[in-house]
Amino acid sequence: MSTAVKADPAVPAGSASPLSTRRPLGDRGFQILALASGLLVLVILVLIAVSTSQQASSWFSAEGLKIFTNNWDPATNQFGALAFIYGTAITAVIAIIMAVPVSVGIALLLNEVVPYRWSRPIVYVVDLLAVVPSVVWGLWGILVFAPWIQHIYASIASGVKGVPVLDALFGSPTSGASFFTAGIILAFMITPIVTSLSREVIATVPQIDREGAYALGATRWEMITGAVWPHSQGGVVGAVLLGLGRAMGETIAAALVIGASPVITSHLFAPGYNMPAVIANQFGEASGEFRAALMGLGVLLFVFTIIINVLARGVVERSARRKRGA
Amino acid sequence: MQFRPRQQVTAAGVAVVALTLALGACSSSSSSSTPAANSSGGGSSSSAGGSANVSGTLNASGSTFQLSFQQAAIAAFKSVQPNLTVNYGGGGSGKGRTDLAAGTVNFAGSDSTIPDKEASNFTGKTVLYFPVVIGPITLSYNLSGVSGLKLTAPVVAGIFSGKIKTWNDPAIKADNSGASLPSTAITLAVRSDSSGTTANFSNFLVLAGGSAWTLGTSSTIKWPSTARAGSGNAGVAQIVKSTPGAIGYVDYADAKASGLTFASVKNKAGNFVAPSTASATAAAENATVKPDLTFSCIWTAGAQSYPITYQSWDLVIQKQSSTSTTAALKAYIGYLLGDGQKLLPTLNYAPLPSNIDQQAVAQLSKIGS
Repeated sequence: MSTAVKADPAVPAGSASPLSTRRPLGDRGFQILALASGLLVLVILVLIAVSTSQQASSWFSAEGLKIFTNNWDPATNQFGALAFIYGTAITAVIAIIMAVPVSVGIALLLNEVVPYRWSRPIVYVVDLLAVVPSVVWGLWGILVFAPWIQHIYASIASGVKGVPVLDALFGSPTSGASFFTAGIILAFMITPIVTSLSREVIATVPQIDREGAYALGATRWEMITGAVWPHSQGGVVGAVLLGLGRAMGETIAAALVIGASPVITSHLFAPGYNMPAVIANQFGEASGEFRAALMGLGVLLFVFTIIINVLARGVVERSARRKRGA
Repeated sequence: MQFRPRQQVTAAGVAVVALTLALGACSSSSSSSTPAANSSGGGSSSSAGGSANVSGTLNASGSTFQLSFQQAAIAAFKSVQPNLTVNYGGGGSGKGRTDLAAGTVNFAGSDSTIPDKEASNFTGKTVLYFPVVIGPITLSYNLSGVSGLKLTAPVVAGIFSGKIKTWNDPAIKADNSGASLPSTAITLAVRSDSSGTTANFSNFLVLAGGSAWTLGTSSTIKWPSTARAGSGNAGVAQIVKSTPGAIGYVDYADAKASGLTFASVKNKAGNFVAPSTASATAAAENATVKPDLTFSCIWTAGAQSYPITYQSWDLVIQKQSSTSTTAALKAYIGYLLGDGQKLLPTLNYAPLPSNIDQQAVAQLSKIGS
């Protein structure tokens, strides 16, 4: 009876098992090296999680569930971090709302509308956005963008005064350095990632599906929604989630333009605070439980971004599996 | 299977890299040792450290309040001891104290004494405090047509806790009968980063504001939510400069550099004193100096004292591991206490009063003993 062992292409024909001693030394050495590298990454990740949690343990044990209250007052040793969690969520959501339509739009433009010859320069320019360092975004934001947009905020705020929902969102107090400005800067920063990932996903849609849609009489928009989108939605959602993870963790740009005011407010034009910004601003003078609290914020941020990234991979995997099966 | 020559070279290269990484990971980590200053071959390092040629490197970090003084002093010191390099990294008083406890720097700049919760980092080590610089914290404001504003501590406390919201509030008017105060809303300008300036300013409000100040004292304060925050003294100065109706607490040097108008504050003796080099030194002259040279210039007695004056020390561990580091420390800190003090007025700081300076110089001999 023939053996049911699948042929392993890396193993020379005739070997029985992958790690048998009859494998050449080079192959074995490479396998060990590759395994070690992969394990090293995992080990580093685990060590980071463990060591930061250890340093933050005094905060977790001293505050318990009070870490989710809005009461950050180092002078009286109270470290409730809800304002920062809220700020991180709000700025990330604003960034996503602004960046995703633009990025997916650019990706569709490059794949469906623009002739191939023009797509390379456009891709180049969009990728240049990713090259700008975070601190440069922050400096430009606080020195140039914030003073300019402050007047726009003030006029919007006076315009919506009294209107029920809009006043709560866009009313005064307004400030150049605010949740909304941070959201805009973060949107600029995540656009290149989301664009390039979406573009690659949309490019994998088989040409035959597009042509089939056209053959059935679809307009370009109907072709996009009917043939392109079902194929690529998983990948695009995954790209968006990766962008979200990046937006949550951006530190220096957020620290400079968010306004450094730990409040929970619906007013998007008001100064706020988020987790990476408070860590960057207050770590220099922190000691004891204050320092443990900042490390704890780092642990929380770490956990949130891991959850988002795992979700992203899950969504991408699921849609890829569905596509393969279909 | 035989590799071709190019593949052999690549394989060898990869193997070397892997081996290096493995060896690096396996070797024991070197203990972080304080960088030691080395004597040059020619000169000898005397323990007095004054005129003899000292060489090597001193590393320091800490208070950003001292930063421009340290930079100016290091540049000028080059002509006194050309072979001794000093590096002052800044980074905040908290960072300086942490670095000193860990042994990564030779001395640390700190705007406050070692707080109780950090005391455990220094068990077994005696820390020597060398006061090096004094400076006033101004209350800078932006009100066109109003100069020479007079403020008392309870009024300042009311403004910075958000209770006094407009400039024409009766509490401010009471001390400024001559000025025409507009009804503009007060915009607070505060620090977004933790800082010794905030700690000392809030300490003033605790000592002098009495029941009007309830937010405590710390390097980070929970300011009212309408406060605008800037990064560093320069950031606060920029907010004050660009926002009509703003008031903020800015270091004297940065306030003068940005051309801001600042208020006179009522001191303990009852006089309204403007911040200046002279009024800061006057405040320090009236401070009670403890035997370990710690003191506070905030809210001191004295007719001409400016009540919001603060001070900064260079902290040194008494026990030093090498005689050359001891000599280098004595040489540099001796310079800061001696000729370096002459640089201070031009930098818009205040020099130490002579009694404190003399005690500090006398303490120099304790380093390394």
